[in-house]
Amino acid sequence: MEKHEEWVRVERTSAFRELTQKRKAFIIPATIFFLVFYFGLPFLTAFTTVLDVNVIGAINLAYVYAFAQFAMTWILMHIYVSRANRWDDLVDQARHEATEGDEAGRTSGTGGSE
Amino acid sequence: MSDRVISIIFFVLIIALTLGITAWASRQNKSTSDHYVAGGGIKGWQNGLAISGDYLSAASFLGIAGAISLTGFSGFYLSIGFLVAYLVVLLLVAEPLRNLGKYTFADMLASRFNKPSVRSAAALSTIAISMFYMIAQLNGAGALIELLLGLDYVLSVILIGILMTVYIVAGGMVATTWIQIVKAGLLIAGTLALSLFVLAQPSIGFNPVNLFNEVESQIGSEMVVPPPPAGLVAGLDVISLNIALVLGTAGLPHILIRFLTVPDAKTARSSIVTATWIIGLFYLLTPVLGYGAALFVGQDAIAAQNPAGNTAAPQLAEALGGPIFFAFISAVAFATIVAVVAGLVVAASSAFAHDFYSNVIRGGEASEQEQLRAARFTAVGISILAIILAIPAASLNVAFLVALAFAVAASANVPVILLTIFWKRFNTTGAVTGILVGLISCVVLIILSPNVMTGPNPEPPLTPIIPIDPIFPFVYPALFSVPLGFLGCYLGTLLGGRGAEREREQGLQVSYDEIYVRSITGISNIEHEIQEGAPEQEPRTT
Repeated sequence: MEKHEEWVRVERTSAFRELTQKRKAFIIPATIFFLVFYFGLPFLTAFTTVLDVNVIGAINLAYVYAFAQFAMTWILMHIYVSRANRWDDLVDQARHEATEGDEAGRTSGTGGSE
Repeated sequence: MSDRVISIIFFVLIIALTLGITAWASRQNKSTSDHYVAGGGIKGWQNGLAISGDYLSAASFLGIAGAISLTGFSGFYLSIGFLVAYLVVLLLVAEPLRNLGKYTFADMLASRFNKPSVRSAAALSTIAISMFYMIAQLNGAGALIELLLGLDYVLSVILIGILMTVYIVAGGMVATTWIQIVKAGLLIAGTLALSLFVLAQPSIGFNPVNLFNEVESQIGSEMVVPPPPAGLVAGLDVISLNIALVLGTAGLPHILIRFLTVPDAKTARSSIVTATWIIGLFYLLTPVLGYGAALFVGQDAIAAQNPAGNTAAPQLAEALGGPIFFAFISAVAFATIVAVVAGLVVAASSAFAHDFYSNVIRGGEASEQEQLRAARFTAVGISILAIILAIPAASLNVAFLVALAFAVAASANVPVILLTIFWKRFNTTGAVTGILVGLISCVVLIILSPNVMTGPNPEPPLTPIIPIDPIFPFVYPALFSVPLGFLGCYLGTLLGGRGAEREREQGLQVSYDEIYVRSITGISNIEHEIQEGAPEQEPRTT
């Protein structure tokens, strides 16, 4: 039980709450975006012919969309990694706050996960 | 005749090289930790290369090229899905897994749910997925050796089986990591060279647009445009395939295990960056290989050698580069297969030895020696089983078989992994039922589908397996089995009767607060790191 309290203490630090908030604010919209973008291609090709238009020579819109998925993957990956690397500082902060005592964590009674 | 001698010489050289690495590495493979996760000390770029090596299997090199050469655009779905899947891995799974796991992905589940049934279920799904994946690799190997040495398919499959067993038993994870790295380098060099050969053809003139134009004018526009809409079932099947592709990677045990070979979440992240660039650039070249083969080998010649197109890439090498280049590309493909199979066997044998034998049967009492011995026996057993199952799969495309393995991974493992990390109320019963429902529904749907229930007279490339008309009309099961996996988790949690809180009070699961904090921060030893004071000044990461 005491061990459980230790985890809750970390959870209540302002640094940890900032970290989870930032993660959620990025990961949830990013995941929704890439899934919609990804499934857009099979939906459009499996049920319509709107992507059959040639764009450059014989390269049609379906291939352009397909290549755009590669670009999307690489760009989103780098955006995430550069942010996540900055968030690592918050982990250290949370650790310090939890060690230094309760004053930082108790300021707000709620905190915690959902 | 001399062509064949050259092939054999190159072949032996590559095998000697990989076995040499194994021999070197096996001297460093002393503990169970080395065997399972290479001691946890692999660097980010090395791990990135190793992930690429594990991932770029026969399906990618032989299967996708073949599928594009025979069917055009629809083969390219595989490339896109296999790549975008890394966003699921990066954003949702890799870091929590690194922070919670130890040797296998079941450890991650066990970090929350303290019950042998969870480990057993996870070990079962790991073995099932590895088995599907291995059948695919052996199928590719059989086709390749048939082309290269003129050996019979069955004999080729057995030959590969013996080689891979030697690999694992001798080398463990250190060896397979290094083999993946060497093989990734070879495969990238081979693919680049082969693509340059295609692009250097006079009719292409280093302009990729000409490649598409040539395919459209010489073979027909149906090779370049997506297949026309063919009704609801066919359309949903495309969606179903794509669900398996984009989610499956996050449930593949031999890829997940790679995030446990690095020291921290940051390294896991950087290894995904390396891997995603390598894998993406490789997949970007798959249309060049596939369309190149269709143009310069010819669809009839490809289908005549292997009805599923599995030998299109080596045939292309022969047509454009002559016997030496052909031998080189074939050897690269062979090394690819052996290396991937080695990675799969490590994942499956770790699951059995670590999760089932040591933690369930022996209650965590097995010594390192006993665990290693169990892992090695399992490796041999799994190899034999995969060889037997690969024989009836001779007429199927490698990439197609791997897509089925992805469907199993997406259905059995992905729901439970995501909910373990993100769902506070999740409980032990939910985890066990989720894995079992996902696994069983996916495997049963595959058996009831046209893949196995081929009917008495299937379309020419296929050979009858079960001569009954299919009960389930979809080729790909993920559209149904993934939601069923999630539903299994949800209903299991409700029916389990005990909420997560009750389970925690009874010692059946760790508090979600702990899982939540650990998965995000990587803090593992709370007493040490918090009570006794945090490290004075951690090296700050920027």
